[in-house]
Amino acid sequence: MATSSLTSPAAPEAPAAGPRRRRFGAREWELGLWALLAVVFLLAPVVFMVVFGFNDNHGRFNIDWQGFTLKHWSDAFSNSDLTTALKNSLTIALISTFVATTLGTFLALALGRFRFRGKAAAEMFVFVPMATPEVVMGASLLAMFLVIGVNTGYVTIVLAHIMFSISYVVVTVRSRLAGMDPHIEEAAKDLGAGELTTFLRVTLPMILPGVLSAAVLAFALSLDDYVITAFNNGQTTTLPLYIFGAARQGVPPTVNVLSTILLLTVLVLMGLNVAVQRRMAKRAGGAGRA
Amino acid sequence: MGLSLRQRLLPLWFAGPALLWLVVFFAAPLVNQLSVSLMSGNSEVGYDLTWSFSVYSDALSSYGAEFARSVVFAGAATLIDLIIAFPLAYFIAYKAGRFQAFWLLMVVMPFFVSQVMRTAAWKLLINDNGFLVGTLRDIGLVSADGRLDATSGAVILGISYNFLPFMVLPLFATLQRIDRRLIEAATDLGCSRFTAFRKVTVPLAIPGIFAGSLLVFIPAAGDFINARILGSPNTTMIGNVIQNKFITVLDYPTAAALSFILMTAILILIAVFGRLIGTKTLTEAAV
Repeated sequence: MATSSLTSPAAPEAPAAGPRRRRFGAREWELGLWALLAVVFLLAPVVFMVVFGFNDNHGRFNIDWQGFTLKHWSDAFSNSDLTTALKNSLTIALISTFVATTLGTFLALALGRFRFRGKAAAEMFVFVPMATPEVVMGASLLAMFLVIGVNTGYVTIVLAHIMFSISYVVVTVRSRLAGMDPHIEEAAKDLGAGELTTFLRVTLPMILPGVLSAAVLAFALSLDDYVITAFNNGQTTTLPLYIFGAARQGVPPTVNVLSTILLLTVLVLMGLNVAVQRRMAKRAGGAGRA
Repeated sequence: MGLSLRQRLLPLWFAGPALLWLVVFFAAPLVNQLSVSLMSGNSEVGYDLTWSFSVYSDALSSYGAEFARSVVFAGAATLIDLIIAFPLAYFIAYKAGRFQAFWLLMVVMPFFVSQVMRTAAWKLLINDNGFLVGTLRDIGLVSADGRLDATSGAVILGISYNFLPFMVLPLFATLQRIDRRLIEAATDLGCSRFTAFRKVTVPLAIPGIFAGSLLVFIPAAGDFINARILGSPNTTMIGNVIQNKFITVLDYPTAAALSFILMTAILILIAVFGRLIGTKTLTEAAV
């Protein structure tokens, strides 16, 4: 009976399916390992930075693990050069995020909701700053400030940060707008809402998650920027400038601590953003079904 | 048509401020840059516009090595990132299941730490007396007195590291948008899984591959942080030259000419890519 079962119609498939599935399974396992290694590579310096903020190091370089300490955490804000740089970075990021998000959101709305002459050119124009190397933007901005006799400093950093953030805000808000049904806004207008009411009560709440993501992105871009800032900073120092200056002689561990605090802050902000989006999606979903 | 003046001006009010900002702080400086590059003089007596185009040929002949190094380093980093990112993006798109958002967070996590800080961390990680180089020496990948710090390899490593997420994200976005039924159809019609991957998945992922490559190559070609922190005077890239000419030597015409050449080269590259796959797919995949 065992031999005849081999000739049954189902039999030839069984051995064929076996190895095929096993081979695919092996590949899946390898793929997972590769992904894990890639993420380890991505996070290695981040983990190094966080861990070595707790290192009880002696001497200039913070390389070897010499014991656990919290002293850098208690000293985190004792270096006045460093805290000034941090304060500058945060206030510059807040101002430039606010302005860039506002300007960029309105531009995204214009590109996504209106038809006007020169729209295609405007879309292309918004894309170009993202395709320009930072060193070119930074250098050309400095050249212009030199030519028109503007002293570089805090204000020029803010102007520059707003400039390079706008494009990213436009792209982020537009992708949210693209997924939005324009009929909802039309319905609001048909039901008698004016332009402003429609915008404030329908459009804005619907694109808000996109605007919030754009703001988080603009904030992160500003906080992180070294290149463009280095050209236009004058006498003002930001956190990346401070770290760059220290990198050759060895970064003090308090910088690790401050960067860790910033990392945690951004993660909490992102978590809040996700929570808000979930909540709104739930509410919108509930309203849609009601 | 029947639009009132107010309605017709509405797009202008919405788009105007942001576009004006970009014109004043992005476009105008570039135009100004072009005129600065054609000036001559020096930092003591000042510069005058003399239309001296020779600065371009001088810049190219003096800094050809740095240009070549930028292209080679950026190209190598782009290739390395593609090799690392494709399986990773594939895994996140198809195999990560309900942990997808978590994996994506891991990919963008480095962005929440300053690039300069991460590069400084690599500087310490690849230190001659560090754990990493010790291990590499033990397994023979680096000779007993060999080093990683201050080599071309270190700069390429740093650049690959810095811009890896820019490769992963567009690849992920493109892969996820692929209709999985196409791959099923290919295997149902007798393709092996590998053939289906090669003939269906990869061609459909090409916009993501192109977008990711551009997003890595462009900032990599202009980068000077990695060469400065991780490299040595022998690994200088064009970004370092521009920065040095501008900030330290105050040779504005040469710096302006060099950044204009860099910008033009990159725009040509984008135009070629755009021709190959269409600008629309390019901008879409980049988003």
